[in-house]
Amino acid sequence: MSVVRRKIREFGMPRIIIIAFILLILVGALLEGQDMATLISDSLVRVGQNMLMALAMLPTILVGAGLNMGIAIGIVSGILGGLISVELGLVGWGGLMFGILLAICAGTVGGFIYSLLLNRVRGSEMLIGNYLGSTVVYLMCMFWFAAPFKNPTIIWPMGGKGVRTTIPVSDFFEKVLNRFLMFKIGRVTIPTGLFLFVFLVCFLVYLFTKSRTGMILRTVGNNPSYAAMSGIHINKARIIGITLSTVLAAIGINVYAQSYGFYQTYEGPLTMAFTPMAAILLGGATMKNVKIRHAVIGTFLIQTLLTTALPVCNQLFPESNLSEVFRIIISNGIILYALTQAGGDRR
Amino acid sequence: MKNTAATPVLSICNVGKAFGENWVLSDVSLDIMPGEIHAICGENGAGKSTLMNILFGMPVIQSTGGYTGKILIDGEEQKITSPEQAIAKGIGMVHQEFMLVPGFTVGENIKLNREPLLSSLASRIFGSRLKKVDFAKISSESQHTLNRLGVEMQESSMIETLPVGYMQFAEIAREIDKENTKVLILDEPTAVLTESEAELVLNIVQHLSDMGIAVVLITHRIQDIKQVADTVTVLRDGKNVRTVAVKDISEGEIAQLMVGRDLDLTAIEKRSGELSGEIALTTKNLVVDMPGEQVNGVDLEIRKGEIFGIGGLAGQGKVGIANGLMGNYPTEGEISVFGKPLKLNSPKDSIAAKLAFVSEDRRRMGFAPNLSIGENIAAPSMVAHNRFFKKFGFFEQVDEKAVRETAEKNIQEFQIKCTGPDQPVGTLSGGNQQKVCVASALELSPDILLVSEPTRGIDVGAKNTVLNTISQINREKGVTVIFTSSELAELRQMCDRIAIVSQGKIVEIMKPDASDEEFGLAMSGERREA
Ligand SMILES: Nc1ncnc2c1ncn2[C@@H]1O[C@H](COP(=O)(O)OP(=O)(O)OP(=O)(O)O)[C@@H](O)[C@H]1O
Ligand SMILES: [Mg+2]
Repeated sequence: MSVVRRKIREFGMPRIIIIAFILLILVGALLEGQDMATLISDSLVRVGQNMLMALAMLPTILVGAGLNMGIAIGIVSGILGGLISVELGLVGWGGLMFGILLAICAGTVGGFIYSLLLNRVRGSEMLIGNYLGSTVVYLMCMFWFAAPFKNPTIIWPMGGKGVRTTIPVSDFFEKVLNRFLMFKIGRVTIPTGLFLFVFLVCFLVYLFTKSRTGMILRTVGNNPSYAAMSGIHINKARIIGITLSTVLAAIGINVYAQSYGFYQTYEGPLTMAFTPMAAILLGGATMKNVKIRHAVIGTFLIQTLLTTALPVCNQLFPESNLSEVFRIIISNGIILYALTQAGGDRR
Repeated sequence: MKNTAATPVLSICNVGKAFGENWVLSDVSLDIMPGEIHAICGENGAGKSTLMNILFGMPVIQSTGGYTGKILIDGEEQKITSPEQAIAKGIGMVHQEFMLVPGFTVGENIKLNREPLLSSLASRIFGSRLKKVDFAKISSESQHTLNRLGVEMQESSMIETLPVGYMQFAEIAREIDKENTKVLILDEPTAVLTESEAELVLNIVQHLSDMGIAVVLITHRIQDIKQVADTVTVLRDGKNVRTVAVKDISEGEIAQLMVGRDLDLTAIEKRSGELSGEIALTTKNLVVDMPGEQVNGVDLEIRKGEIFGIGGLAGQGKVGIANGLMGNYPTEGEISVFGKPLKLNSPKDSIAAKLAFVSEDRRRMGFAPNLSIGENIAAPSMVAHNRFFKKFGFFEQVDEKAVRETAEKNIQEFQIKCTGPDQPVGTLSGGNQQKVCVASALELSPDILLVSEPTRGIDVGAKNTVLNTISQINREKGVTVIFTSSELAELRQMCDRIAIVSQGKIVEIMKPDASDEEFGLAMSGERREA
């Protein structure tokens, strides 16, 4: 009995509540006669395509810089990389991998500069990161307007100048990860490649946290004065952590785009920042303790919830805007709930 | 002074507390009368601080599932769930790890949340929330309180610039400045103080008791208990082993009750043979800009294999020397280690020169609270010597097995009380955290070991172990030790020579067998006539 109680406590109330909520929605979906196979398939895809974004929050928390509020910087770097690959007309695996490679390069540069800035505002990284993120997104808006892309998929059909707000990748590398080794259980589709790739990245990050550098980052995040006394260069460690976070976001957006089918430019990256934060917090991360499983569990919960809630609401309130309102209330409500957990005393 | 009033001001009835599955207090009961000085002692991890945290409503208690049993104040049951409530009920507490607000002055800390207010036009119209803080009154009143303590301290100093000894006084001043306090809890108030400073604290305790305030005094200095306390309660493994009037028990018996067996206190081995003439470390005109512990030009010549003591009053610069050698604070002058000049202001270079340091400022510089015991012990060696890693081609991975084994070895050796090598060091008791700090410095296998207040807050048994371990690596491996301490007895027991520091300079280098008067004179800054 007490073992069960302890297990439940370790798992944590917020996760239990969300799971209960998901079950409730699933029951609702069953009663409404929704196509459960599609719901589950969609959820799996959404989980896979969003996981790396949540994982991107881990390195900054690890070095004590809190949630990466400037994750938009990583996202625009990633988009830039992906678009260059599209511009060159690369398709399939080659296109995606080249895009990711460029995204890593751009993310490294962007993340490095970002980390230098954050090192000057130690203690208020989240606040300043938020401003920096928005600033970079708006600066990039100007860039998108004037960018010298030529590929007709990228630029506006009329006028021939400036990047579109959504760039489809259907002719290039749409779903190359999702389709790799894809199979079906009954009518549920399993996007094997997507998960293989995502878990490979998670595993690499895990190896990193268990490496010498990873240990150094954790020590810095936990007690900077102690770290300095042990001969650790604190700013260097923070540069590594913040850059890694930016790079992960850059990779993540390409994984997202190949699955979702589009890159979203201009203000798109800003709207993507909050869900991954909510995910990792919901997964059980605190500013003092963060593990890879927090990103994994959190993404599973939040994305399943968001994916299943929408069609159920639609059915509940057919032919009205109410369902859209409901969807926004639910998704923002969950994000808010997760964020309020951040300062709690949970262990 | 025992008051004969019938109702105890504070009664603890069958209190128990578990962290997860680990019961650290069970069925503890005790009564405290107004004006009574009630000492609580016990081994590291016996549950003393936890019991006090319960009384003071510390959040860590609530967030880990609360406690069982009852607490009565003036005979009425109270559920104390926050420090504000505890304060309102007349309980004050001086914490083992200080609770001062950095960025504020000493005076502001003393008056925190009780700031004297000035009426203004706005407050007369809109009510007392708009009253202005009377800063002049903060200054004068808090300075008055500090003077009452008998320490030379300015209320205008910023908290973060204070040496640890003075932080202790600021904490105590904050508590005695409160007027409605009925019970004052002091958790190891003298751990970082020299005898003369500790004496000041004990006098204050006596004075408070005369005024009818009950004092709960947690301490590892059994002589302090004999000196001031009326009653002593001994905790062992979270149980109240005995509550007894101090006059009915001897120091030896108290110690024995604490550990529950005969204490085996092996004496420090005497040095056999002479030191070689080789010089391990020299400094020329060492100036260390450590706030509150300024060092103003120190020349040292420390021989290889020596245990070199540094003593002196708080704030005079004794701990600044080791911090300067480690590069923790801005330093000028020249340092050379085994003949090679040392790069200043670089902890990395100091560690590379095989220096290792146990900091006096445990909470800030001592350990990483969320990392496990194993990781804390291994971390400095990982950073400095690349130890505790396994190689897989390009990858280096932490060798968890080696980390765990090292942790287990040290847990054994220092009797660290814990649930296992994975317990985060932040959740250990104060004394056990100290043991981890010592263990991790020793794990670096240094040529020169710098220890500052190495026995801060650890119990008699463990103190013996730590001192013996230090002397053992000195005798057997020839490690040179620079031993900084407030405790004269400890310095005399351990050191070959003892430098007394005053006003940032070395007053005199003395033999350990010099008389108390000579040491006292040197500490007050007076050089003995040649
Ligand atoms: N937050 C916590 N989580 C888990 N265990 C804890 C926590 N705080 C304390 N403990 C455990 O409770 C026990 C008692 O700790 P406590 O701090 O009360 O000891 P203590 O008697 O004050 O010792 P010391 O003399 O070393 O200060 C210890 O074994 C410690 O590991
Ligand atoms: Mg304690």
